[in-house]
Amino acid sequence: MTLSGDACFLLRPGVMALLRPLLLDVVPTIQQTAALALGRLANYNDDLAEAVVKGDILPQLVCSLSEQNRFYKKAAAFVLRAVGKHSPQLAQAIVQCGGLETLVICLEDFDPGVKEAAAWALGYIARHNSELSQAVVDAGAVPLLVLCIQEPEIALKRIAASTLSDISKHSPELAQTVVDAGAIAHLAQMILNPDAKLKRQVLSALSQIAKHSVDLAELVVEAEIFPVVLTCLKDSDEYVKKNGATLIREIAKHTPELSQLIVNAGGVAAVIDCIGSCRGTVRLPGIMMLGYVAAHSENLSMAVIISKGIPPLCTCLMEENEDHIKAAAAWALGQVGRHTPEHARAVAVANVLPTLLSMYMDTHSSEDLQVKTKKALKNILQKCTYLPALEPLLHDAPPNILKHIVGQFSKVLPHDSKARRLFVTTGGLKKVQEIKAEPGSLLQEYINTINNCYPEEIVRYYSPGYSEILLERVENYHPVL
Amino acid sequence: MATLARLRARLPALREECFRRNGAVDEYRKKEYKAAVKIQSWFRGCRVRAYIRYLNSVIIIIQKWWRGYQGRRYFRKMVETAYFIMKMNFYNEMAVRIQKRWRGYYVRKYTHNYYALKKYLEAISVNNEIVRKELNEYAEMREKEKKKKDLEKKEKEKDHQARKMHYLLSTEQIAGVYNSPFRKSPDPMELLLRKSKPLSHRQQPAKNHLICDWSNCTRSLTFPTAQPLPPIGRQKPQGPFRDTAEVLQQRYKPLEPTLRVAASINSLEKAREEIKREEWRNCVHDNEFLPFSSYHKKEKYDPSIHRSGRYDQETYGIKHFREVQPKKWIADKDFQTVLPSIILFEKFGKTYTRTGQIF
Repeated sequence: MTLSGDACFLLRPGVMALLRPLLLDVVPTIQQTAALALGRLANYNDDLAEAVVKGDILPQLVCSLSEQNRFYKKAAAFVLRAVGKHSPQLAQAIVQCGGLETLVICLEDFDPGVKEAAAWALGYIARHNSELSQAVVDAGAVPLLVLCIQEPEIALKRIAASTLSDISKHSPELAQTVVDAGAIAHLAQMILNPDAKLKRQVLSALSQIAKHSVDLAELVVEAEIFPVVLTCLKDSDEYVKKNGATLIREIAKHTPELSQLIVNAGGVAAVIDCIGSCRGTVRLPGIMMLGYVAAHSENLSMAVIISKGIPPLCTCLMEENEDHIKAAAAWALGQVGRHTPEHARAVAVANVLPTLLSMYMDTHSSEDLQVKTKKALKNILQKCTYLPALEPLLHDAPPNILKHIVGQFSKVLPHDSKARRLFVTTGGLKKVQEIKAEPGSLLQEYINTINNCYPEEIVRYYSPGYSEILLERVENYHPVL
Repeated sequence: MATLARLRARLPALREECFRRNGAVDEYRKKEYKAAVKIQSWFRGCRVRAYIRYLNSVIIIIQKWWRGYQGRRYFRKMVETAYFIMKMNFYNEMAVRIQKRWRGYYVRKYTHNYYALKKYLEAISVNNEIVRKELNEYAEMREKEKKKKDLEKKEKEKDHQARKMHYLLSTEQIAGVYNSPFRKSPDPMELLLRKSKPLSHRQQPAKNHLICDWSNCTRSLTFPTAQPLPPIGRQKPQGPFRDTAEVLQQRYKPLEPTLRVAASINSLEKAREEIKREEWRNCVHDNEFLPFSSYHKKEKYDPSIHRSGRYDQETYGIKHFREVQPKKWIADKDFQTVLPSIILFEKFGKTYTRTGQIF
């Protein structure tokens, strides 16, 4: 059956009313086909799915689900899945008909196909929100799903892992239930499975478990996933890469200790390579992971720098088209550079500050990107003592950024004679004289500090309007004859 | 008397005099009294003032001494505290110096050990290199495997293709399409064709004998006789003959014996045997069920062993079960059982699954 615009046409004469008696037909094939047709109709859009619910077909399906043969079971589970996938309300309707209990019984079936269909339907129901997830858990699905992961069929494993992921993504309690059923050990074993799609689901499930709390993350780490997960970052499949990076990110974000563990396992290097080797949204979790690791402590941030993390982040910042990835890269760079002058210098040497500034100034960039770049600039500039990188920013920074730049100059110049000399020759002093600062403001204080480092003539020489004053003096000069 | 008379004569005068004098005294009494009070008050005032002055001078002397003493005491104390503060400051300064050195040393040695940090970072970079290398190796390995698999698949496909197109092989007389006589050497495909075997006709998927039910297998099991090979194509014979295929079918059609021929000689006996065996298999107990009739009336009632005792009913199994000797007991309580608990029962009702639960 192919469905396109004709589906609505099918709905009008009340196809549900026609299909419903067919579900009770004596011939099993007709029953199955009717269920399949219902499933495909419900799959098409949410109006049709709602029509299935309103047609009171669900209770009938649910009742017969436990009694019929495996083909019918598969078809009925397909209908439930197709109905439940559209919205939380429709999924709730399934729960109210007692569909969960029968689906859970189907999980105990002998046939892997039935198990798969039931697990899939449960996953689609649990996906919507935490209440529905809780209902699935209360129906006792989790231990059976964990048993399903251990089955030899790859497809069943995939669906079961995906369902576990959907269940555990909502709240720490649900994730804890999944963990209590002993899912982590089995999931961790399958990371090395050659099947890419299974790997995706497994990594996603692990990351959904690990994201909630430190304890859960530690449990995931204790399953000895660590050198193994890094191989996923080299996988040929993009989504495996992305989910692997997400898992590492979810673990790294919790505590400095976990981050340290990842750094020691060489995770940072692997993530950096991964960022360098792919494009687009696949990069995002890796970028965020670097940011989280760098945010925890200066040593970890140093580890990111040493692992050559800054050049890939810079390329992300420049190459990517999407604003949110750029924002993430800017944030990560800010976290790397904010600890000590050493860190800030490492970031500044990569010549990333002008890029950040131009993004901040660009009117086309999103608000979030502007906020993130501003924060990153502020964090880096407040620690940066590498003047050659600050120099070009003097010319095109807005006042709120300029404040920090001039502040850094005012801190360094009094103690460094070579820098003072260089500051004059590169035209920095002139630029500083041209800044119009409100008297009494912080900026004015910084400017005064800089001016105090130089002899008065030089300061006056570089002040704007000095040539006119000189010319006036020439005019007013009476030569002694 | 005369005097008395004189006196008497003078009496009124005297009286007057006395009255006058008393009157004069009365006249001045108030004034004098006031004057006396003034004099007295002045005098007393002078005296009291003198006394107070005296007291004051004395008090001043006392205060002078007291204050002097107190001031000196205070000053001494102040000097002492100042000295103490000075000393404390000095000690503090020294302590700070010591602490400064110690803390610097401690922090540099243990918490912010520059060399350790440097070593750690170097180790990290070395580790990173190793991890990168390993990962690259892994990726390369995966790639190689994939390539190999692809290559194998392609090879297989090609082989299959060659087997399929085996008829394009050139013979000694006629060159095939891949073996152009105008070329120096034959096409590689030709060589492949030479090597590969021709694809045999597709075998019909053999019927699954496991599913095929023996019970409704009507044909008796025989060895599969090899189909007689059809003769290699001859020239079509002249004349109005039937179609060769039809003739051949007629000639080689399988034997279809009649039921009588197909059945065994002693099939009847066999069937009876089988029925008997079936009955023996299916019966519930050995005693034959006898039809209800007057047959039983003749038979004597046969009581069970327990009830047919000659003396009495035995209480074993009803009232007592085993010999008990309470005298030999060493403790009143039962022995503690040390059987391990059964895990399945422990878990019951505590997991989510409803398997094994009784509704």
